[in-house]
Amino acid sequence: MEESDSRRGVSRIQILPIGPIRPEVLSALASGLTAEFRQACELLPEAPDPAFAFNVTRQQYSATEILASLAPRITERTGRLLAVTPLDLYIPILTFVFGEAQLSGRCAVVSYYRLRQEFYGLPADEKLFRQRVLKESVHELGHTYQIEHCEDYECVMSSSHSVEWIDLKTSSFCPGCRSSVLSLALGNHP
Amino acid sequence: MSTKANLLVVDDELIVRDSLDKWFREEGYDVTVAENAQEALSKMAAKRFDLALVDIKMPGTDGVELQRRMREVDPEMLVIIMTGYASVETAVSALKNGAYDYVSKPFDPDDIAHTVHNALSHKRAEQENTRLRETVAAVVRPQEIVGQSAPMVRVFEAIQTVGPTEATVLITGESGTGKELIARALHAASPRHYNPLVVLHCGALAETLLESELFGHEKGAFTGAQYRKKGSFEIADGGTIFLDEIGDISLKTQTDLLRVLQEREITRVGSSHPIHVDFRCIAATNRHLEQLVEEGKFRPDLFYRLNVFQIQLPPLRERKSDIPILVDHFVRKFASSMNKRITRVSPAAMALLDRYQWPGNIRELENAVERAMVVAQGPELRESDFALRLPIIGSASRTLEDMEKAHILAVLEECKGNQTLAAELLDIDRVTLHNKLKKYGWKRVIADVA
Repeated sequence: MEESDSRRGVSRIQILPIGPIRPEVLSALASGLTAEFRQACELLPEAPDPAFAFNVTRQQYSATEILASLAPRITERTGRLLAVTPLDLYIPILTFVFGEAQLSGRCAVVSYYRLRQEFYGLPADEKLFRQRVLKESVHELGHTYQIEHCEDYECVMSSSHSVEWIDLKTSSFCPGCRSSVLSLALGNHP
Repeated sequence: MSTKANLLVVDDELIVRDSLDKWFREEGYDVTVAENAQEALSKMAAKRFDLALVDIKMPGTDGVELQRRMREVDPEMLVIIMTGYASVETAVSALKNGAYDYVSKPFDPDDIAHTVHNALSHKRAEQENTRLRETVAAVVRPQEIVGQSAPMVRVFEAIQTVGPTEATVLITGESGTGKELIARALHAASPRHYNPLVVLHCGALAETLLESELFGHEKGAFTGAQYRKKGSFEIADGGTIFLDEIGDISLKTQTDLLRVLQEREITRVGSSHPIHVDFRCIAATNRHLEQLVEEGKFRPDLFYRLNVFQIQLPPLRERKSDIPILVDHFVRKFASSMNKRITRVSPAAMALLDRYQWPGNIRELENAVERAMVVAQGPELRESDFALRLPIIGSASRTLEDMEKAHILAVLEECKGNQTLAAELLDIDRVTLHNKLKKYGWKRVIADVA
């Protein structure tokens, strides 16, 4: 079992914008994450465009390479590091990903490129968009707490490969997943 | 949480293996990766996989050939072929060789998740279906046809031969020889056995009622027809209809029946619209239909239509070597249902059972054992347990008919002339008892007794 974050004296979620993101989106995300993980959130300054991860052929950014680039940013203040980007992410075997995380690690990345209604030719829906960003962020951070996909379709850790499935689930953990997350996040005090 | 499905990912590209490994693990699968065909087959030897994702283009043995070899090792494992480009030819080749599906790289996450999930669901459904078929087969397969004698071996062979066909079967044999069990065995051995077997005892129904039972009726077709009712042929659609005591139906019903057998169409009583029905017909009788045909009591065309394949059941007196195993079978059956620890029959009791001529055949033997089981005190059935209700007709000079007469009379006396009770004890229907009494001229005597 990983040493609990609280014992290390670090229990903060750092949010790293990669690309221009409206402050109110980041602010709403921070509030949602704080409520779900019971940890403080810290907004980091925007990181430059990750040109190193750009694939010319696919016209997409490698989620794996961006994830790998986050490691040097981890400091003593870092409980979890969540990169959020408007860029379209991929892994080699899939056409796209909403995000990627280090299972039992500390870093995760989420793309909202495909979370906007406009991407699907639909009218903008700011509330729905923010919910989706929060759900995917909680989901990817959940993986860093060793949580795999959950069979409860309402649990935020349920697998979702399309926005329809994201909309179906809540932004909260089911009791089982919550217990696992909080025991790690708060040092066995769910 | 359900048990994790085991996936085997075979691809020569490390990045593909790693991506799929990580992605499917997050999806909740147990993932094993292999770099080439040899490694994949070696891992299959050590572990059983539910599904393999196989890259079609690999150095050495390609995906299509690997898939063929995988099927030799584990025919139940599903294979999904991964192609680097959408090629109809390779896809067709892979599917022809038994692949469940193929996917083009890179995969849409929703598509690959659904493809794998659906494949595994399909496999689970097939496995479940197989288990259910086995369970149902065990349930529907009659376990009570017991016998090792030569006549019964011939019956079993006939069931095996004609059971899986669509042939109409006529089962003949005395009352109590197990004609319905044979009909059930024929139905169970046929491809129709997932559909109903509808049993109709023709002799027990009046002509008008029989017509309604066979063909159904519309609402208001006759007094009392308050609802539309499906007939036995309609209920048996897709399955088998068993017409027991076919020799007892009237000439009018014989004509209607013949038309149904020829046309495969029925018309409900009170309706003019014919309904197509798909059924297999099995009929049975304890009467000599040929004789009835000669006497003009049974239509010859219907007889030939029914008598496509005949199975003649021997009376118990002609297969006495089966009595010990039949008795053993019934003892076990009743010991279980009565929760009694009776496991054997004394040699004297068995000799008694062997001497008896069993005019009521196996049904009578079953009843005799059941009664003996009720009265038995120890772990063994004794001669006296049977003697309580089973009079033995001893004289060797008597004919079978004499013994039947005597036995029926004895039971009637025991029942104080109550024919309903006597028929119940003899385990024959009341019409059969009535016919036998009439034939033996016992009716008046019984009336005197009553």
